[in-house]
Amino acid sequence: MLELAGIDAGYSGFQALFGISMSVKAGEAVAVIGANGAGKTTLLRVISGLLPASEGTMTMDGVSLRETPPHKIIATGIAHVPEGRRLFPRLSVENNLKIGAYTPAARAKFVDRLGFVYELFPRLKERRAQLAGTLSGGEQQMCAIGRALMSGPKLVLFDEPSMGLAPVIVAQVFELVRRIRSQGYTVLIVEQNVRQVLKFADRFYLLEAGHIKASGSAEQMLASDDIRKAYMGL
Amino acid sequence: MRRPSKSALAGLAVLIALPFIIRFSLGGSERYYLHLLIQIFIWAFIYTGWSIMGRFGLTSFGHGAFTGIGAYGCVLLWNYLGLTPWVGIPLSVVVAVVVALLVGYPCFHLRITGHYFALLTLALTEFVRLCIVGLRDYTGGSLGTQPRRYGDGLSIYAIQFETDRVVSFYIALALWLTGLAIWIWVDSSMDRYALEAASQDEEAAASVGIDVTREKLKVTAISAAMCAFGGAIYGQYQMYIGPDTIAGLSVSLNIVFAVIAGGLWVMLGPTVGAVFTQVLSEALRVTIQSTAGLQSAFGSSVLALDTLIYGLLLVLFIIYMPKGILGTLLERRQKKSVSSRIAPVSAA
Repeated sequence: MLELAGIDAGYSGFQALFGISMSVKAGEAVAVIGANGAGKTTLLRVISGLLPASEGTMTMDGVSLRETPPHKIIATGIAHVPEGRRLFPRLSVENNLKIGAYTPAARAKFVDRLGFVYELFPRLKERRAQLAGTLSGGEQQMCAIGRALMSGPKLVLFDEPSMGLAPVIVAQVFELVRRIRSQGYTVLIVEQNVRQVLKFADRFYLLEAGHIKASGSAEQMLASDDIRKAYMGL
Repeated sequence: MRRPSKSALAGLAVLIALPFIIRFSLGGSERYYLHLLIQIFIWAFIYTGWSIMGRFGLTSFGHGAFTGIGAYGCVLLWNYLGLTPWVGIPLSVVVAVVVALLVGYPCFHLRITGHYFALLTLALTEFVRLCIVGLRDYTGGSLGTQPRRYGDGLSIYAIQFETDRVVSFYIALALWLTGLAIWIWVDSSMDRYALEAASQDEEAAASVGIDVTREKLKVTAISAAMCAFGGAIYGQYQMYIGPDTIAGLSVSLNIVFAVIAGGLWVMLGPTVGAVFTQVLSEALRVTIQSTAGLQSAFGSSVLALDTLIYGLLLVLFIIYMPKGILGTLLERRQKKSVSSRIAPVSAA
């Protein structure tokens, strides 16, 4: 579904990703793990076109993403749940969802998808008239996920969904991600919370200082002493 | 489509009847009061045009350039090429839109927002004013110029109507209503959500599929077109255009002040701003000129006193009433009705 080969990217005067090659197959849940500053968020920003790649190729179902402007990436079936949720704080929950279905193709299916999202997250339906900025952290994450689903994506990118949330809420948020997964969405998730994410991911990539250092199945990761020690403190 | 409410229709009926009400009640100074109302309507249209983009965080100090291009384009084409305003106004509006897009595209593409956007648009206004002053052989420089009068000054061909205040009133009223219609049209479009989202988080907006640059350009074009059109009509009504009255920084500042005073986020906010500023400047002018004490204390510089009071009020409004007169009133009313609904529950 998603293929990256030899992707370089960075910010002015500083390269953050070096020759990243990876793939996500339909129906999979893939985790990218790594320490702070390893380039995890940059990787997702490159995939969703918010940061241009300087080298390499990147395709979604055969469509080249590097030539696609950011606002058209969503039409290829990729939706991004950004780091820190990035809701529109002064719009109501329902209007945030409405914006999620902004593309003409999504607008036609707005009513059905809104029903689907409210069924998935009944809490959002209760709060639909409330301004998104006044929601609790967990509810904001629900709203951010709901907004991403409104475009009818095939692949959902999650950027550190647990960031800045209380431990009890973190468990709930991973439950949400698992629910999305079980609905048949393909998931690419970036996380520091390795223990939680390996509970449902099929495969992982380990990112270190902008390079992919290891990859494999979740079992392989749990079996590797080095990785367990370095990233899980076990 | 929204159906107009009963009170809106009643208000409209009163406005349509207003020239006759004035004739019977204030017969002696009919021309003066009509003049005041015409000014209010024309400026309310221009202010509404500004707020169509201003409400989305695109604070432009460049609209004094667009009103200027509209007014000067129309008058110069008429005076020097004999081109009827029926062609001259659309041409000037197109020029204003092209200028707006030329300045807007790099700004929006490179994500220039906030202070830098304000400064850049400020420079545009000054640029247009300098062009006008520099081309003084045609434009009359800082003294301004006049459209050549056609016949008895009342002509459809030349779009001149200033001599008949009642006709002018209805033209200004129609202009203002058109402005409100455009506001409603934008407000009920999907573009409005896109722009609200973009003004709150550009990157998140782009990632849900909003072409932020294009949306901003669209609303900028509409806004510039309205201001250029309003500027042209203003020139045709005043039969005089000058850099201070219709093109330049003072116009830009007046627009921003009036809209902030009236209320940026509500449809009639800019209109309330127009009423407020026009009535205020008239009242200040009349009071200051008729107060002998002030005259003797300050001499002729007393005439600049209204500008000083203006500036002071702007500061006060931004600090204490950022939602403007109408915005604040509506918010109070809403709070009241909410609390009156909640009160019995909390009492029980």
